[in-house]
Amino acid sequence: MSVETLPREEVEAKPVAPLKAKDFKGKVDPDWCPGCGDFGVLSSLQRACVNLGLRPHEILTISGIGCSSNFPGFFNSYGMHTLHGRALAVATGAQMANHELTVFVTGGDGDGYGIGGNHFTHTARRNVDLTYIVMDNQIYGLTTGQVSPTSSIDMRTKSTPFGSVEAPINPITAAIMNGATFVARAFSGDARHLTGLIEQAVQHRGFSLIDVFSPCVTFNKDNDYPFFKQRVKKLEDEGHDPGDWKTACEKAMIWGDEIYTGLFFQKKGAPTLGDQEPVLDEGGAIARRDLGISQEQSDRIIKRMM
Amino acid sequence: MSSERFDFAIAIGGAAGQGIATPGNVLARIFIRRGLHLNAYNAYQSIIRGGHIFLTMRISDEPVHNHGDKLDLLVCLNQDTMDRHLGLMGPGTRVLYNSDTITPGTPEDGVHLCPLPINELTDNNRNKLVQNTVALGTILYLLDVDFQILEDIITMQFQRKGQEVVDENVGVARAGYDYAAAHFEPFTQSLPSGGKPLAVWTGNDALAMGGASAGVKFYCAYPMSPSTGVLHWMAQNARELGIMVRQVEDEIGVANMAIGAAHVGCRSMCATSGGGFALMTEAVGSAAMMEIPVVFIDVQRAGPSTGVPTKTEQGDLWQVLGASQGDFERFIVAPTDALDAFNTVPELFNLVDQFQCPGIVISDLLISEGTFSVDPDAIDMQPGINRGELITESGNGASDIPTGSQLSNGHGLIGAPSNGYLRYVNTESGISPRALPGVEGYAHVVATDEHDEDGVLVSDEFTNPHKRRKMVEKRARKFKNVAERIDPPVLSGSSAEDAEITLIGWGSTLGVIREAVEILNREGVAVNHLPIKWIVPLHVDAIQEVFDQAKKTVIVENNHSGQFHRYLRSETGLSADGHIRKYDGEPFMPHHIVDGVRELLAGTTDIFVPYQEVIV
Repeated sequence: MSVETLPREEVEAKPVAPLKAKDFKGKVDPDWCPGCGDFGVLSSLQRACVNLGLRPHEILTISGIGCSSNFPGFFNSYGMHTLHGRALAVATGAQMANHELTVFVTGGDGDGYGIGGNHFTHTARRNVDLTYIVMDNQIYGLTTGQVSPTSSIDMRTKSTPFGSVEAPINPITAAIMNGATFVARAFSGDARHLTGLIEQAVQHRGFSLIDVFSPCVTFNKDNDYPFFKQRVKKLEDEGHDPGDWKTACEKAMIWGDEIYTGLFFQKKGAPTLGDQEPVLDEGGAIARRDLGISQEQSDRIIKRMM
Repeated sequence: MSSERFDFAIAIGGAAGQGIATPGNVLARIFIRRGLHLNAYNAYQSIIRGGHIFLTMRISDEPVHNHGDKLDLLVCLNQDTMDRHLGLMGPGTRVLYNSDTITPGTPEDGVHLCPLPINELTDNNRNKLVQNTVALGTILYLLDVDFQILEDIITMQFQRKGQEVVDENVGVARAGYDYAAAHFEPFTQSLPSGGKPLAVWTGNDALAMGGASAGVKFYCAYPMSPSTGVLHWMAQNARELGIMVRQVEDEIGVANMAIGAAHVGCRSMCATSGGGFALMTEAVGSAAMMEIPVVFIDVQRAGPSTGVPTKTEQGDLWQVLGASQGDFERFIVAPTDALDAFNTVPELFNLVDQFQCPGIVISDLLISEGTFSVDPDAIDMQPGINRGELITESGNGASDIPTGSQLSNGHGLIGAPSNGYLRYVNTESGISPRALPGVEGYAHVVATDEHDEDGVLVSDEFTNPHKRRKMVEKRARKFKNVAERIDPPVLSGSSAEDAEITLIGWGSTLGVIREAVEILNREGVAVNHLPIKWIVPLHVDAIQEVFDQAKKTVIVENNHSGQFHRYLRSETGLSADGHIRKYDGEPFMPHHIVDGVRELLAGTTDIFVPYQEVIV
């Protein structure tokens, strides 16, 4: 490929104009239903990136499949729209291969806690340095309304016409138990609060989960905007200590007239997966290092075989 | 043993936990350092303690490509081995056993029984593994090897356990050596020496080293026999070579993680066996759709399902061919031996980088877990690297960025004119320059959904048959003349005019078929051999030419249904006249194929299934 290149320093030395939220607008407009909670998540992430001074090319946004997983197409950054449930696995590979990128993973509750549940568990315990934003609408939307892993007991959907008999997963306690080091919940109807949480999550080194109540106005008539508006209560207003995982779990279990949002749990200073990999200690992103091995390395390997 | 060529096989049998690996490794080192060629096959079971293990080590002063037909020396570590295998031993062979614990059966005339009173020789040493070391001493006496050589290797092997352990092992080895000198008759041929020292590796080592040589910087896996050796090599060498190695929660995660690393620019590889590969299949198609180069290795074992985890088979061909939904481009290659596996991996990486698609290596237990000698000078760990059309730094501006409007297919302009970078720009070659995440000015989205040249989906809100057709054809165009990029298969053995039978094999059967052809040619049966390595692309013309000239074609494969035969028929319409198939879990031995050729020539059958004499 004969693309003329500038040395990296020169590129970086160019004065950088401050970006606006519209600079993080993708090539196409969202195809979400009017009123979808995901709009609030998109605008919050765009605003957070502006506030954090990030540039689109420094970001890799990875999603799986589902309404909310169309996210990377609506957001200006490098993006990957991968397989259903696999975004966290892809993101771990990408983050390890280029740990200089800011990695966002965006998706829904079915994608992340259902089909992708195994990766959710293991990405959390590995403390991979990325921000996972789950647009949790408690329903399968793109398949036109079936029960999801976060649907409430008794919820009637197309696949549970007589009401769901299965208890929902609690993403907050699950994440804490699995070793996530930043665990928050937000409501897409409160973009200012969500934006602040995203900023904190990006600044946090390690695996950050933000489970966002993002109402599906088409298929979930139980958990709509009024449902959450009446109930959400910010932990910050109560002086919750995010270092206290037990209280965090207690508050996360409350699901009634009050439902808490905010930063439940944060463990600062825990080493990330990348921090613990000596291979990353020097030389920058492994994706950008020279390929192949030296003559000395080759000689050593072959000598051991003799 | 023939008089001109040294061709000798040792078998060591026992139970898992009896420590067969150590004497096997010690002997292997001694042999390769003397310049002897080695081909070892370990028949084992999926059990950590107990069961039956049978290690066959064939050595020769000429290259050996399989573990052979006969045994010269049997070492019985337990009664079970004696009972199972004494019947395999013929005149002139030696059978070693611990006479304190093992009762010999009745051997064929001319078999030398060599009882070793282990308790007496080791002062009633209670370490049960000590009999292995005594046997080593005895073996080397029988082969007329100077004891010092064994002492040196034992010292090296046990050094890190301390001088006391070294002394104890050297002592009992000496006892075995001296006892043999006093009681047993050595072999008529002594172990040759003076050859160029060789190296030793397994096929899994070779696959891993091929990856390291190709510049793999990201390797991930979930442990699964018989592929785990690749993970072990990578993990062992990761820090020295700067390779990120990850053990992942499942093979779905493995494949997707490898794709994530590959997308941002790493050469990325993962290995598994058939069951794990089944979990990877959706990701294989996603790499093709997103046009991300990544290498998957399927080390076949006997299936279906969990199958026989420690046994070999060539039973995954159709799984690999059918891996993932839809039409897509990918390379599939079945290396023919360990050195070929080593060389194939970098070649495959260059191809998948240039054509931006997945590549799949089909190995099997026979290659991957076999232990082989290799000429150290044949191992080139610095192969040429071609990463294809890759954008890794910011460009000067839009004029350097390929856009749809600049490209033509000879029928006017194709592709959407745009000032911006188009990840999937519709080029004549079908190959679109690939910008790595992090490069300023090239931000784009890749998608497993169908997408237009700019990466924007044409699958959901907007679907468009013309755009869909364009993108399908763009990807397909990459593979239009791809067969030209790889070497065609080459016929060996008798000339095409003379050959009464043409044997066609694929992958790991090359070595054993080659020897069968040599045996048959020596015996006056004109036979030749076409080994197939590349499955996709398949060299249809070269194969057609061989079939046109062949009097009788026979396909040899290690499966029940003739998977390669069915594939060949589907791609070429060619059908073979006869088949030699084996699906009992054990690999072919040369005489299995020789017998098959005779039967097929006699016309008694169309499908010959050899009988497996060595039962493990």
